Amino acid sequence: MKVMIFILICMLGLAFDYTDGDLIMRKVDQNMSSRNRVFESSMTIHGKRNSRTIVSRTMSEGTKKSFTESLSPVSEKGTKMLKLQGQLWIYSQSTDRIIQISGNMLRQSVMGSDLSYEDMMDDRKLTEIYSAKVTGEEKVAERNTILVELNAKVENVAYFKQRMWIDQERFVPLKEELYAKSGQLLKRVEFKDVEKIQGRWFPTTIFYKDILKDGNGTEFKMTSLKFDQDIPEYLFTKAALKQ
Amino acid sequence: MLAITLAYKNLLGAGLRTWLNVSVLSIAFVVIVFYNGMLDGWNRQAYNDTKEWSVGDGELWHPNYDPFDPFCLQDAHAQVTGKIKTLVEETRLTPILITQATIYPQGRMQNIYLKGIDPKQKILKLPTMVLEEETGEIPAIIGKRMAEAAKLKKSDQVLIRWRDKNGTFDSREVKIMSVFNSNVQSVDNNQIWISLETLQQLTGMENEATLLIADKNYTNVSIGPWIYKDLKFLLKEIEDIIETKKIGAGVIYGLLLAIALLAIFDTQVLSIFRRQREIGTYVALGMTRRQVVAIFTIEGSAHSILAILVGSIYGVPLLWHLQNAGIQMPKYVDSMGVSISDKIFPVYSIGLVISTIVLVIISATIVSYFPTRKITRLRPTDALKGRIQ
Repeated sequence: MKVMIFILICMLGLAFDYTDGDLIMRKVDQNMSSRNRVFESSMTIHGKRNSRTIVSRTMSEGTKKSFTESLSPVSEKGTKMLKLQGQLWIYSQSTDRIIQISGNMLRQSVMGSDLSYEDMMDDRKLTEIYSAKVTGEEKVAERNTILVELNAKVENVAYFKQRMWIDQERFVPLKEELYAKSGQLLKRVEFKDVEKIQGRWFPTTIFYKDILKDGNGTEFKMTSLKFDQDIPEYLFTKAALKQ
Repeated sequence: MLAITLAYKNLLGAGLRTWLNVSVLSIAFVVIVFYNGMLDGWNRQAYNDTKEWSVGDGELWHPNYDPFDPFCLQDAHAQVTGKIKTLVEETRLTPILITQATIYPQGRMQNIYLKGIDPKQKILKLPTMVLEEETGEIPAIIGKRMAEAAKLKKSDQVLIRWRDKNGTFDSREVKIMSVFNSNVQSVDNNQIWISLETLQQLTGMENEATLLIADKNYTNVSIGPWIYKDLKFLLKEIEDIIETKKIGAGVIYGLLLAIALLAIFDTQVLSIFRRQREIGTYVALGMTRRQVVAIFTIEGSAHSILAILVGSIYGVPLLWHLQNAGIQMPKYVDSMGVSISDKIFPVYSIGLVISTIVLVIISATIVSYFPTRKITRLRPTDALKGRIQ
């Protein structure tokens, strides 16, 4: 019986439809999202003249709740960010104030990086906002990838079109291009250092580059990434920001 | 009449002392007229320029619009319908749509306001006609400050990125059709103007506007959700700045006037001290003390009349020349956020001249009167003997 089940699973695997974009995106969503995750990260903003790195610790639950605390440099240490159901609060230790980032302010750059608060805030799954179409196969970083074109199927989406290169075997994106409505390429994202962590493949380094502006992009590196941890619920409250 | 004749003779008799006092007071008089004239000229120029380039004869704002809050723009727009639409068609109102955008000149990122305006509008002096020209890109106009900040010139193309009403990014090239020269920074700094229709299409805000500019025939009323802002409100900042400047200037010419008045005061004190026998003689001859005080007060205040006459001799041609030639303003003033042209042409109103004459005469009379109060306490016999009391 066990052998039969194994054979059935293998057959299903072989029968995976690599031409169904939506199916591929669902696999990517499954792989990339988890019940919760805890990690330390370093965000290095490579400016035109110099680079600076911000180290932080993040705890997130699903895609709707996340708590981030900056650890270094000294100027940023103690800055905390709480994301709750589409709302974002920032606590600054130097001013001892909690500020809500909302509306148009979400469209501003995060600490001068190539990322906007909104990029961090969009917690919808790709399959909810884009319809996917497989347009080819390419090799990216020596890996076979499926090239998927994503076109917005809802109106309130920042990037009208995306192109995503997805690892055929691991179902993680390796490269992503974000386009404006006019077809102008706006941002390029590269996913590197894909590691198997607790049974799932996950890119631990993400490189963002705003194509339109000078500078050498922003590198987001995750270290000590752990999934499905016990995160105290009180962390996802505004009270935790001042603690 | 006797007092005036005596005052005239005594003044001329004092010789150099009188002319020194008169000279200092005349300078104060000319400076007061000049500085106030310059501020009035600046005020008038800023008022006219702001009207012609930016606010017309009033504005109708969307209730959520706040010119000092760029984040409000996302929600500060509405359909131009009904009576407003009729007024727009009659060209009594011109709609303007504003959105935030980012330009990338030479790879630099610069946040700007992208403004849409009807190319056929006649209310503002902006050269909007060129926005109708057919080019492969979106035709745009910018002001000289924006051109300088973004290092752009006529015929240049620049990539611009904005978000539509749903927040979706869009990006296109715009072509600079004209760089206009305006003193009004509120239509220039960090702004790119394109055709209203184009901006409405690009943002998906069909037939919508953020505010409407009124022409001189518009009756000052709010319509529907649109809130009317009159010129008094829109130009308040300019008036406040001028008012502050006037206070600052008042301190400077107040000091100058004080120096001149101090000289008159000093002259009066000295005069009364040295002419005690003369005072005693006046009283002995039957003049009342009040009449003697009047002689000395008129004598002192006559300095101001002479100062006005002397000031007019050199002040009229000087001020007339400045009124015609204008006063060159330093370049850095332009970056202070105030509407100011390269040159300010002073305006000397009759009211200004008369009020300055009255100020000089009254203040000179007051300082001339105070030392003479001593006369009322003088005994004629002591005065005749020349005894100091």
